[in-house]
Amino acid sequence: MTAPLPIDQTFDTATVARVTAELDATWRERPGFWGWLTSVDHKAIGRRYIVTAFLMFIAGGLEAAIMRTQLAVPENHLLGPDRYNQLFTTHGTTMMFLFAVPMMTAMGIYFVPLMIGARNVAFPRLNAFGYWTYLVGVVFLYVSLFANTGPDTGWFAYVPLSGPAFSPGHRVDVWAQLVTFTEISALCVAVNIIVTTFKLRAPGMSLNRMPIFVWAQLVVAFMVVFAMPAVAAGSTLMLATDRAVNMHWFNPAEGGDALLWQHIFWFFGHPEVYIIFLPAMGMVTPIIETFCRRRVIGYTALVMANVATAFFAFGLWVHHMFATPIPELGQSLFTAASMVIAVPTGVQIFCWIATIWTGRARLTVPMLFILGFFFTFVNGGITGVMLASVAFDKQVHDTFFVVAHLHYVLIGGGLMPLFGAFYYWFPKVSGRLLSERLGKWHFWLFLIGVNVTFFPMHALGLDGMPRRVYTYLAPTGWGTLNFLATLGAYTIALGVLVFIVNALRSWRAGELAGDNPWDSSGLEWATSSPAPPYNFAFPIIIDSVHPLWETNVEHPVVTGLRTDRREILVTTTTDAVPESRHAAPDPSIWPLYLAGCMALLFIGSIFSPYFVLIAIGLSVFGLLGWGLQSTKKIEPELVQLPTGAMVEGA
Amino acid sequence: MHSVFSPASAQARIVAHLWWWMFGVGMIVWLGVTLAALYAARARRGERGANGLNEVTPTVRQRTERGIATATFVTLLILLAFLAYDFTAGRALAAHPKVATTIRVTGYQWWWDVLYEDPDPSKQVETANEIHVPVGETVQFTLRGADVIHSFWAPNLNGKKDLVPGYTTALFFRADTAGVYRGQCAEFCGLQHAKMAFYVIAEPRPKFEAWLAAASTPMQPPTDPKLVYGQKVFMSSGCPLCHSISGTDARGTVGPGLSHFKSRSTIAAGTLANTRQNLTRWIQNPAAFKPGVRMPALPFKPAELDALVSYLETLK
Repeated sequence: MTAPLPIDQTFDTATVARVTAELDATWRERPGFWGWLTSVDHKAIGRRYIVTAFLMFIAGGLEAAIMRTQLAVPENHLLGPDRYNQLFTTHGTTMMFLFAVPMMTAMGIYFVPLMIGARNVAFPRLNAFGYWTYLVGVVFLYVSLFANTGPDTGWFAYVPLSGPAFSPGHRVDVWAQLVTFTEISALCVAVNIIVTTFKLRAPGMSLNRMPIFVWAQLVVAFMVVFAMPAVAAGSTLMLATDRAVNMHWFNPAEGGDALLWQHIFWFFGHPEVYIIFLPAMGMVTPIIETFCRRRVIGYTALVMANVATAFFAFGLWVHHMFATPIPELGQSLFTAASMVIAVPTGVQIFCWIATIWTGRARLTVPMLFILGFFFTFVNGGITGVMLASVAFDKQVHDTFFVVAHLHYVLIGGGLMPLFGAFYYWFPKVSGRLLSERLGKWHFWLFLIGVNVTFFPMHALGLDGMPRRVYTYLAPTGWGTLNFLATLGAYTIALGVLVFIVNALRSWRAGELAGDNPWDSSGLEWATSSPAPPYNFAFPIIIDSVHPLWETNVEHPVVTGLRTDRREILVTTTTDAVPESRHAAPDPSIWPLYLAGCMALLFIGSIFSPYFVLIAIGLSVFGLLGWGLQSTKKIEPELVQLPTGAMVEGA
Repeated sequence: MHSVFSPASAQARIVAHLWWWMFGVGMIVWLGVTLAALYAARARRGERGANGLNEVTPTVRQRTERGIATATFVTLLILLAFLAYDFTAGRALAAHPKVATTIRVTGYQWWWDVLYEDPDPSKQVETANEIHVPVGETVQFTLRGADVIHSFWAPNLNGKKDLVPGYTTALFFRADTAGVYRGQCAEFCGLQHAKMAFYVIAEPRPKFEAWLAAASTPMQPPTDPKLVYGQKVFMSSGCPLCHSISGTDARGTVGPGLSHFKSRSTIAAGTLANTRQNLTRWIQNPAAFKPGVRMPALPFKPAELDALVSYLETLK
């Protein structure tokens, strides 16, 4: 700590009670529907994100179940090609843009402030705006799907198929603008996470004491900042203007280039996979630590692995394009990069296994999901290394082998840890535990279902079955394995249903959890479950990565934040030394209003450019309202650090 | 029928070998990691330390860290081995021997145009969805996408290559086993991506040449009155706007050429067996078999349809 600050020695239970009461009044959520619309609490918004994204997971899963039913037998007539193409496009778009990325970043929105001992995210209104924008995208896509204008050119929307000549109508426009909404939303979250982790950490939480989960979220936020603008340029600027005003970016007849789109899309699309995968890796560490009751081996290695993965992730995109006309020498560079990225992932897995090995694992449901993660994800990782080989990839690219690979990676590396995290952090959000008995049913049904569904697909791909086909002829001999895969898909659905029942039942009547049911080490467990709107009555001072394991009961705290307005403590970027106090905004309707303007702008632009003008005009009021409401005052050097003062629980 | 597992060309054999090696090593790694994780979950190594945490002695910790380093090193070695194997395989696949035959394949929504180029235009052969190649010789394909991106892939013979509009790409293989190999479009190309198949017929040189000679002879005008009527139906309806038949005025280039149509084994890019009944039903309503297909259902009277099909059946 640098500057000596005045110290409050009069620190007793009465003071704590008074401060808590005042904070309760200041940070109280506004009541009723209006309060719901105007909330800027990261927990309220994180919860909405998680619930909405989970609904999207169910929607995408149902689409998959319908597709699997269609493919169960050859020449099935349940779906025609038109409906099937809409469904597989919506499935991919939903799972990538509306479920996986928002879900993973939503976990950050909810838990990062709690884990770093902050009261809210750095930009609470931007956070709300991000959620509303995301919700607009969700509603827009699904209204379009039910109006038979669901996008039908794949979640990758390759030109020229998605261009004006081969996709007339508005289906591809829906896709392009949906991507716009999710880009904006993801960028709002990313900026928030970066500034929150850099500036709002608890005093003493220098970067090398930051929880692995927070590291993962930080790294991913930077990835979003670099990846999303690529797809924004591709879809919002180029594809949309190609379609609306004939810009011919991608039209070879007019000097455009059809491959350019693939480069832009995969420059975003490949990092996207790691944007989903890295947060999940962040969830693995605390679960293993908690249930093996030991500190993870290789904290530094894990952080370095995260950063290395993020770097390499931007150098692999061409491995999605090995079959296109790209020079072979150039391809070999991307082969090498695609193989090298397995190293940091391997390091993480070895560190975790070593941690489990030297601990005493309790096989609770979160821990089972971690073991399921090893089993499933490593399979996907190995096929990923195989696919890095140009020679082999040219055989199985765009076949069911790749479908198997990507589902092993995303389900193994994303969903398994995520479900584990749901069981682990559910008590933090609800104050109640999920049922372990139902959890075990969920786990086994899910694990068996995933492997029965996707393992046969490797063989199907090697037997020549291409992806994105609405049917296949009987003589191809693909019927048996497809039927098996369909049975597996129903098993997955059953497993997820068990989870939903478990979550709904436990939310109302689950076993009460207490503040720290697993006896975990992270700061998020140092406040009540669920946490009050201000998270912590006093910013806690920490001196290790595992604060609750170092001093199980008492933590020194910072005092001196005002209680009559929403105030947060700003600390320095690397060492987290208190720097200043910062007024956080009150609830606001303007994020919702501006998200509405944005919806009008992008959805309207599909039909008439005049909507752009109208929406910009309307948004002026929103910007004015937002700006005038701002009460950002930074007041340096008024917080108080204790010498010996301690407070129970904080 | 068509599979990476049963290679029928020098090129596909290289990839199949690569696959089996990667599969074997991959399986060992997969089982190894899984078993290690399961064993670790059962192990009880830690000693209870402060706060009930599991701690290990510095020696054990050092050993564990050495284990992590070793595992990482082994991973790196495996990856390097894969990389070396891939580069070697890539070199072998790219080695360009003397090309005897060049075939131009153009992808359309949703069929394949096949052209055997020849300096003498009268000897050029254009066909669709079936590709005859000589066994034991390197055949090069010049690939183009006419509308959207397609991907040319016959797994028994070689990997795939995309047909990107605006680019001309190439693929070659040397079939070493005679046979009929199925292939299918591998890049999503719209409504009938699922029904855009083709067949490669690999046959000995003499047989191939006989086929080529037969395929380059123009179709003879029919003499039978019913067939003459059938040809008249063809010529006076919309058919020749899209389809061509050598020796006639039908020169459409939008749909597959129909010269020697009856010598092919399937209709509609591998969708239906080439029988009289299927052909009749196909002409009556193509969209019943391939919803979204570009070919319209023309309103033929039964007698016209019968004569038309009879005429098409003679295009051997």
